[in-house]
This record gives sequence, structure tokens and C-alpha cells, in this order.
Amino acid sequence: MDFITQLLNGLGLGSIYALIALGYSMVYGIVQLINFAHGDIIMVGGYAIYVVLVMAGMPLWLAVLAPLVVCGLAGMLIERLAYQRLLTHNAERISLLITALGVSIFLQNLFMILFGSETKTMSPLFGSDSFALGGLSVTSATLINIVVSVVMMVMLQLLVNKTKIGKAMQATSEDAGAAKLMGINTKRIILLTFAVGSILAGVGAVLYINTYQQIRPTMGNLLGLKAFVAAVLGGIGSIPGAMLGGYLLGVLEQLTKAYITSEVTDAVVFAILIVVLLVRPAGLMGKNRKEKV
Amino acid sequence: MASRLKKKTGVFYLANALLTIVLFAVLLVLISGRTLNNYWSGVVVLVCINVILAVSLNLVTGILGQLVLGHAGFMLVGAYAAANFTRAVVENGSLSLYVALPIAMVIGGLVAAAFGIVIGIPALRLRGDYLAILTLGFGEIIRVMANAESLRPITNGAMGLSVETFSNRTDPGAMFAFAFVVMAAVIFISYTFGRSRHGRSVLSIREDEIAAESMGVNTVYYKLFAFVLAAFIAGVAGALYAHHIGMIDPSKFDFNRSVEILIMVVLGGMGSISGSVISATVLTILPEVLRGFADYRMLLYSVILICVMLFRPSGLLGRYEISLPGLADKLLHRKGKAAKTEEG
Amino acid sequence: MALLETKDLGVIFGGLKALDDVYLKVEEKEIVGLIGPNGAGKTTVFNLLTGVYAPTKGAIRFNGQSIIGKKPYQINRLGIARTFQNIRLFKHLSVLDNIKVAMNQHMKYTVVEAMLRLPRYWKEEARVAEKARELLRIFDMEDTAEQMAANLPYGQQRKLEILRALASHPKLLLLDEPAAGMNPTETRELMETIRRIREMFGVAILLIEHDMNLVMGVCERIYVLDYGTLIADGTPEEIRSNEKVIKAYLGG
Repeated sequence: MDFITQLLNGLGLGSIYALIALGYSMVYGIVQLINFAHGDIIMVGGYAIYVVLVMAGMPLWLAVLAPLVVCGLAGMLIERLAYQRLLTHNAERISLLITALGVSIFLQNLFMILFGSETKTMSPLFGSDSFALGGLSVTSATLINIVVSVVMMVMLQLLVNKTKIGKAMQATSEDAGAAKLMGINTKRIILLTFAVGSILAGVGAVLYINTYQQIRPTMGNLLGLKAFVAAVLGGIGSIPGAMLGGYLLGVLEQLTKAYITSEVTDAVVFAILIVVLLVRPAGLMGKNRKEKV
Repeated sequence: MASRLKKKTGVFYLANALLTIVLFAVLLVLISGRTLNNYWSGVVVLVCINVILAVSLNLVTGILGQLVLGHAGFMLVGAYAAANFTRAVVENGSLSLYVALPIAMVIGGLVAAAFGIVIGIPALRLRGDYLAILTLGFGEIIRVMANAESLRPITNGAMGLSVETFSNRTDPGAMFAFAFVVMAAVIFISYTFGRSRHGRSVLSIREDEIAAESMGVNTVYYKLFAFVLAAFIAGVAGALYAHHIGMIDPSKFDFNRSVEILIMVVLGGMGSISGSVISATVLTILPEVLRGFADYRMLLYSVILICVMLFRPSGLLGRYEISLPGLADKLLHRKGKAAKTEEG
Repeated sequence: MALLETKDLGVIFGGLKALDDVYLKVEEKEIVGLIGPNGAGKTTVFNLLTGVYAPTKGAIRFNGQSIIGKKPYQINRLGIARTFQNIRLFKHLSVLDNIKVAMNQHMKYTVVEAMLRLPRYWKEEARVAEKARELLRIFDMEDTAEQMAANLPYGQQRKLEILRALASHPKLLLLDEPAAGMNPTETRELMETIRRIREMFGVAILLIEHDMNLVMGVCERIYVLDYGTLIADGTPEEIRSNEKVIKAYLGG
């Protein structure tokens, strides 16, 4: 029974990874950039909740809405200010990566200066009830995480596969040059992709705060790293892959914590990344892309 | 033509060697004679260590063209390995620190290189981005592990591990001498490596991996070689740093430390050794002068990093090298080409 | 025994047969053309021969030895060198260094000797630099030796890519559209260069080209590829009058 409880807790944790991993995967799919700043977007969302709920004392629904708006805008602003010029100039990959890194450090240090570097705690957003399900004890946060992440993925799949914008995203990801020739405004599509990925990170921020009730400026580092591992594990560029990777990673992490030791959890995550890259670099659901010669 | 070139090369090496020796002697006299106080002597040693780190990172990020974000992690494992060695041998009196430190540096370098191999083999088979993320992960995990209870015997956890140091009272110049000599050696071998068949192979990978491979360059081997060499040197620098500060505090080897080293390389110009030397020197001394801006330092650095990438991605010197003898030559001959020798 | 021989060579990309049943033969010191409409799979043949892609089926024998499963750098060391359709020079290296990279494998000093600048480093570097300059001299490019490759005019970039390939001492040289983007005068010069290379270095040459004057002018035999399969092979005269070839080109 304890095992199943741990499994569910792992899925709850994995839901958060999955939502962040989706953002990594979408952006990577469209511009082949590992957006280092993506993990920090979730931190921005966390502080948005803190400002609205704790500092301004506004109602809960605003505190849930705020991170989505703030993260979405932040994602678009970052793309405009930092990446767009490099993307349109076809800059070297390493320049893009260093820029992304610069954005990440900027966000962390900006929030450190604005709010201080210490950890801030809040109360759970949606209460901290536990449910008994046939002898299992599950927290409400875990259930919410799982449900929300599944809903988000379904909505994203619909967006990507059923709408015009989604199809334009797919086309741009497949071949940006050709998409442009077909009349797709690729600049706008890239911007939108950043927005969607960042809004998902905003949702992740709501779930994270509800589950762990704490924020600090550097929280995006390890969180972002793990979500990235999840994206690679599932197959970077693939939406279902990112979800699967997120869940798997959450479960593995939770089981390690519960049955081995909490000290090495992070090292285990890292070892998984190395093993995946060695054994199946395209991930569980990814395709192998070859450079054209 | 050829013999004149050779003669010029000879003079170039000789002039650089002389300048290095003079610089070393002057600094040593200043530090040993306490003309520079303890604080500034310490800064000079830090400059040497940061130059070592920047030049070694330049091997991977500049010459190989791959982003590495865990240089501080390699430093940290090197520091622990070296410190544990000197603690063992100096405490029981079997070796003096003067003998133990060079051995410890090699041990630190080898341990860091071993970690480099473990990370490099999976990452370097894939596209460059993976190396960046793997080294970032490595740096973070190493720091987390350093605090782990189970590793207390080696790391002493978050409390920090105290390390043997030279007595500042009896021999204030010792640490400087070690750091300077290592720095000079690292600059020299980076330069000579870059201008050899091995260095050219690494450069060709940066330029075009597919073309390099089809011209007979074993790209996997050379990528790994450059990466592991850089890790080795970072480990040596970690050993030096630990024995300079006298304490290993894992929080000092975090992601920000790796980024600081990267900024030195990027600002100086990716691929330029002299650029790395200059910017490492300036960026080490500047914060000491401008104490007040400590809080805003990383914020400023990140803005600079983004702006350099957006508007001058080649950095201060691009891929060019400058040297004092070269500059002198240029000033004397007005048209001398030797001042700017193209990388490669 | 032929220098290069492929049998039943085929490759499938994402369920599509990019190449099927390709039989090629190149004898020593022969100049052979590989032609066909755009998208026929010509460059894919080169990518299979140089180990960039792995074939799905078939055999490739070079100099009496199977080269399937070998990495591109190993194949280069066995004696196959190539140029690329969209020039792939080491742009920020000097012309001389571009050539030296291809000669790296023929230099005999260790990394330690290089780092410490021991005598063998100087000797080998001087020897190879002289050889590289010699190569440039033969093709009238000596004065560009210190220039950055990216700064060369287009025609010289194409030429440098051929020289770089030659510098690795191949027995077989693969040229991928060497005349692309050249004007008629430059193309005529290129034909001269190709013949000279064969005479002076004794290499066999397999070339992909759209310029029919060049192909018909220098090639002794020609293979025609269409939709991933060979539709004809023979002398230039035979190809010129081949029904299938005319159809493929005119889109029958």
C-alpha cells in the first residue's frame, strides 16, 4: 500500500516536471534552443503568486491567474529582447546558448535584489486535505497536480493538432524556411510558442506552490534541470514524450527518496540523464534527427 | 623567408619568456617583501587562479566551440581530492607542503579529468547543447553531494573542509610562486596546443564538424581530449584555490562561479588566450576595487553577457592574440604583422 | 579489381527508399561522372561512400576491403576524400591551416611533443607546411596561404576545398558539384584542374555535376541516377543518346 502511495506522490511531483518539460520541448522543437531561462520562468510565476496573494492580499483566483499572465508575458519579452535578433541573424548555436544562460542569471539576480535571496514560505493555495482512497492516503495537492497536468496536455495536443496556429507551429518546427515561404509568419509563431511554453510553466508554478509552499530566486535551477532531464528522457521535441518523461522522473525520484536515501536523489536524476544519452539519445518517444550534408 | 620566420619565432618565444620571468620576479619581490599587503597578495594569487580557469575553459568553449557550465564542479572535485591528500601526508609529517602540493595538484587534476571522461563520453557524442546541460547538471549535483552526510569523511559537509596552507608569516610568497608557475605553464601549453596538429583538429571541429570528420579528424576523440584537458586544468586550479584559501566551502563552487569563468572567456573573446588572460585579470581586480557593487555584480555580468552575444559575439579580442613583444614589434615596425597572429 | 565497387546499395529514410540497387564501379585513375535530376540521390551516394549515413542494404568495397560500418574519418584515412555541395571550409582558419588539417594524420608527433615544442614538432610542422605550400603553388594559390578561408572569392573557395581533399592523400576523390555557381570561364579552368589532378596525383575521381559540358568533357564513364536507382551507365556518347536519360531529364 505504501508503495502505491509513493507512486501517486511521484506522479504528483512528475506532473510539475511534465508541465515545465513541455515548455523546453516546444521551444527546442521550434528553434533547437535549450532555453536555460525556462526553469526561472517558474520562479517568476512563484513570485507573482507571492506578490498577489501575500503582499497585496488579493483573492485566490487572481493569484492563480497572475502567474499565467506574468509568465506568458515574460516568455514573450525574453524572446523579443534576447533571442529574436540572434534567431533572425542565424547566429551560432553557442551564442544562443550563452544568451539563454545570461537571461537565466539575470532573472535570478533581479529577483534576489527585488525580494532578497532567502526562501519565502506560503500556505497551500487549495488547502491541505488528505483523502483516503481504499486504504491509501493521498493529499489533495497530488490529485490536483495529476488532473491539471493531464488536462493541460490534452489542451496542448488539441492546440497543436487541431488549430491553425498549432499547424503553423508544426510546420515551422519541421522546416522554418519552407514555412516562411508558405506565408507563415514564423517570427510570430516562435513568439507564440514561447508564450504557450511559459504559460504552462506558470501553471507549473501554481502547482508547485500549492505542493511545496516555498519560493526562492534560485529555485528554477534544479527544477529546470530536472524538467529538462524529463524532456530528454521522453524525447525532446515530443509533447507526449515530455509528459511521459516528467511522470517517470517524478516517480523514480519519489521512489529513490522513499526506499533508498533522499541524499542521492539529485544524483540519481543526473545518472538517468547520462544513461539515457548513452543508450537512447533520442529519448523514449523522440525521433532521431540527422544534420543534412 | 623561412629562416627569417624561424628566427622571428625564436625571438618571440624568448621575449615572452623573459617578460614572464621579469613579471614573476617583480611580483615575488613585492609579495615576499610585504610591499603588497596580505590582502592584495591574495588578490594576485586569485588573479593567477582565475587566469588558469579562464584559459582552460577557453580550450573547450573557445577552441572547441562547446559550452561548458560546470567548470566550478571540476574545480571542486579537484580541490577535495588534493586537500584530502595534503591533509593526510602533511599532518602525519611524511611530506612537507612544498613537496605535497605539486603532487596534490596532479591528483586533483586527475580526479577532475576522470569526472570529465564520465560526463564527456555520453555528452560529446551528441550535439553541443547536451554538453552544456550535462556539465550544468554535474556542477549542481557535485555541490549538492558535497553536503551529503555519507560523504562527510571526504568533504566535511557544508561546514567546509579545512586545508593545509603555507605559513603567511614565514613564507608569504610561496603560494604566489606556485600559482604563477602553474599559470605560466597553462598559458604556454594552451598556446602550443592550439598551434599543433592536435589543436588544429579541435579547431576544425568548431568550424565544421562534418567536414572535419570527412578530412580524417577523429572528432569524438579530439572533443573528449579538449574537454578532459580542460577538466584536468580546472582540477589543478581547484587544488591551488583550496590551498590558498585554506578552506573548501562547497557553496563557493556553485553555478555562479562557473558562470563567472565563462564570462571571462566570452568577454575576452572565445578562442583568444590573451583575451582570457586580460579579462580574467580585470574581472578579478575590478570587484575588489568596487566593493560597493557586489550585490549587483552578477546582474551586471548577465546584462553584459547578453549584450556581448547580441552585438559583438566575438568578444573583446575575437580570435586574435596579442602579446607584449608582438605589440612592441608592431610599434617599432609600424607595419609588423606579428602583433596579431591569427588563431590556429 | 576495381578501386571502388558498390553492390545492391540501398538506403531508406523514414520509410522512403532514397536509393535502391545502386551498382557503381570506379577503376584506379578513372574519372567517372554521376549525374541525374535534382533529388535523384546523388549526394546520398556520396554520404554512403564516406560513411556519413549507413546503408540499409548492399555492399561497398574500396581497395578490396568492405568499408561499411566505418566512420567517416576512418574512410578518409583509407583513401576516400570528398568536397561538399554547399562548401564546407574551416571558414575562420587560414588557407594553409585548412590544408594542414587534412594532413594532420600524416604528421608524426605526439601531443606532449607539441605542447613542449620538442624538436620533432618543429621538423614535422616545417615538412608539412612546405608540402601544403607546394600544393597551393601547383594550383596558383600560394599568395592566399595566410588569408582566412572565408575571405577568399567563391571560385577559390571551391578550389581550396578540392585541394584540402587532395591533401589527405586520397586514392579516390569525390567532387560534389564542383562547378556550381561558376561562370563558363571558371568552369573551363576547373576542367583543366580536374585533369591535372588526375595526372599529377594519380587519383580516381567520381564527380556529381549538373554542367553537362564539364561532365561530357572530362568524364570517361557516366552513371545516371533517377529516383534513387541507376537508369543508365556508359561513355559520354552512349549517355548522350540514351532514351531513358533524355526522358528523365526532359521529364517524360
